[in-house]
Amino acid sequence: MALKRILMGLALASAPFIAPVTAAQLTVGFSQIGSESGWRAAETTVSKGEAAKRSVNLKIADAQQKQENQIKAIRSFVAQGVDAIFLAPVVSTGWDAVLKEAKEAKIPVILLDRDIDPSGKDLYLTAVTSDSVHEGEVAGDWLAKTVGDKQCSIVELQGTVGASVAANRKKGFDTAIAKHANLKIVRSQTGDFTRAKGKEVMESFIKAEGGGKTICAVYAHNDDMMVGAIQAMKEAGLKPGKDILTVSIDAVPDIFKAMVAGEANATVELTPNMAGPALDALTAYKDKGTTPLKWIQTESKLYTAADDPQKAYDSKKGLGY
Amino acid sequence: MAFQLPRRGLAQILALIVILLIDRMVSSQFFDLRLQDGRLFGSLIDVFNRGAPVALLALGMVLVIATRGIDLSVGAVMAISGAIAASLADSHAWPVAVAVALGAGLLCGLWNGFLVAVLGIQPIVATLILMVAGRGVAQLITEGRIVTFTSPDLAWFGTGSALGIPAPVLIVAGTLLVTGLVVRGSALGLLIEAAGGNARASELSGVGIRLMIVAVYVWCSLCAALAGVIAAADIMGADANNAGLWLELDAILAVVIGGTSLFGGRFSLILAVCGALIIQAMNTGILLSGYPPEFNLVVKAAVVLVVLLLQSPRLSGLVANFRKARA
Repeated sequence: MALKRILMGLALASAPFIAPVTAAQLTVGFSQIGSESGWRAAETTVSKGEAAKRSVNLKIADAQQKQENQIKAIRSFVAQGVDAIFLAPVVSTGWDAVLKEAKEAKIPVILLDRDIDPSGKDLYLTAVTSDSVHEGEVAGDWLAKTVGDKQCSIVELQGTVGASVAANRKKGFDTAIAKHANLKIVRSQTGDFTRAKGKEVMESFIKAEGGGKTICAVYAHNDDMMVGAIQAMKEAGLKPGKDILTVSIDAVPDIFKAMVAGEANATVELTPNMAGPALDALTAYKDKGTTPLKWIQTESKLYTAADDPQKAYDSKKGLGY
Repeated sequence: MAFQLPRRGLAQILALIVILLIDRMVSSQFFDLRLQDGRLFGSLIDVFNRGAPVALLALGMVLVIATRGIDLSVGAVMAISGAIAASLADSHAWPVAVAVALGAGLLCGLWNGFLVAVLGIQPIVATLILMVAGRGVAQLITEGRIVTFTSPDLAWFGTGSALGIPAPVLIVAGTLLVTGLVVRGSALGLLIEAAGGNARASELSGVGIRLMIVAVYVWCSLCAALAGVIAAADIMGADANNAGLWLELDAILAVVIGGTSLFGGRFSLILAVCGALIIQAMNTGILLSGYPPEFNLVVKAAVVLVVLLLQSPRLSGLVANFRKARA
């Protein structure tokens, strides 16, 4: 009896602490793809920061671009009994079995940055991703607004052929400029998302378009290609940012450097902060039981020279881009 | 440095001229040249300038292939040397940055040569190790980021020029000259061909095959390291994920287009460089053409097929027979 009373007393005494302790000490397992790009590294850094801000214990497993490693990581998170699992899926298929295991263990799964096949819709709580079609639209709208009624020949540096991001960013941009008869894409080639290819392709565009005099703007599916294209324009004696407008996507630190130098005009951010909204949705779900929407779209923010590029550069350069 | 152009080589040179003429049809200002900031500027210059890294790789690769070997690691070696050069460029003088980068290439070559010549591992397997691991090493050096630099001295290797000729083209010309003098100016070239033709026979005739094979892999990696420095200097940064990616295949293709057999034996340095230029003339032409990028690889494959068919002894035999039959 005495023992029971002591235990009861202990339980009662600790009761007030239990609720906040569980809320504050959420443990989340994050199966990250790897560090194949600077953006990915920045996403990992930002995720750690966002978790620390909310005093969530974030366990990151680096899958080194392999799905089997991600599956292993998810299984081990389930075995550890984490409160939630974040998954940045390296591919879109093959997740059914392992996500069912997580579901049976009643561990909510949130997808970050990438989506999985629609057949797995009921296996995860929500997906936090950017809309790459929308990113292209934001870029196109900016260009349309900046150019006004002038005739404008655009050259486009596409991402890797077959990559869905490239197809979407092209589609969004095309939709945005379709409303303006004075905007026209005159040349479009793939620069494989890299600086070296971006430079090489831009060199050929400049030659094919009368030394670049007829080009009014460059649209690149990512900033890295644009950094290469800017070098190509400078070497051809053109002034990027003045003679030729530039707009690209991602908002990596080096494009802000170019913006500070007046050599780049605009970039659309693909935010590395996917974990922040995911953690907010998770806390609301755990505390209040609010089921989030199936898709949480991150903001595609436009940055131009008017948005203090130096400050943006300083805040981004330490993130591991 | 025999510069005779016998039957051999005619197909390649014709192919290069035909592709350049097609480029001219695709883009009317293809042969236009002008000076831009003291540097020749034009599509034709782009062919030579952009073809420089693969030409360098091909110059090393052709010797390796002549010994009946292959080096799959050249792309990864490019990434390593580029990463080193870019990381050191702003803190050290350019000779230091370049020397350390080339030194790393030397080590890579010694490693490959050791695996092939001393341990007797098949070249394709031995160099596959460095192909995979090397890119990882480069990523460790850059910590997965694109390391940029501002030093104009190192940038000269990619974007500089002398007498209007772009630096990468000069570097290729210099490397071709040095390789040619060493290999054809002595009996070394003959010995390499002998080793590739019949390793055992040349060993028995007293050729020190082992050391020669190590030297050939070292030279190949040195050329790759130089190409890596050019690639990094060109974009003023080292992109370990993408620098030299798949270029080993372009280099092998250049050597094969240049008429050197993968079974070793006879080789030609000049035609290997010519092979690299054929590939680049095609790439530049595709970029100028304005075709949708989905066609790039198909067009490339078709042209390579035609060039290889032109060289096929059996096909030319067939054509000759056909002519005889008609006559």
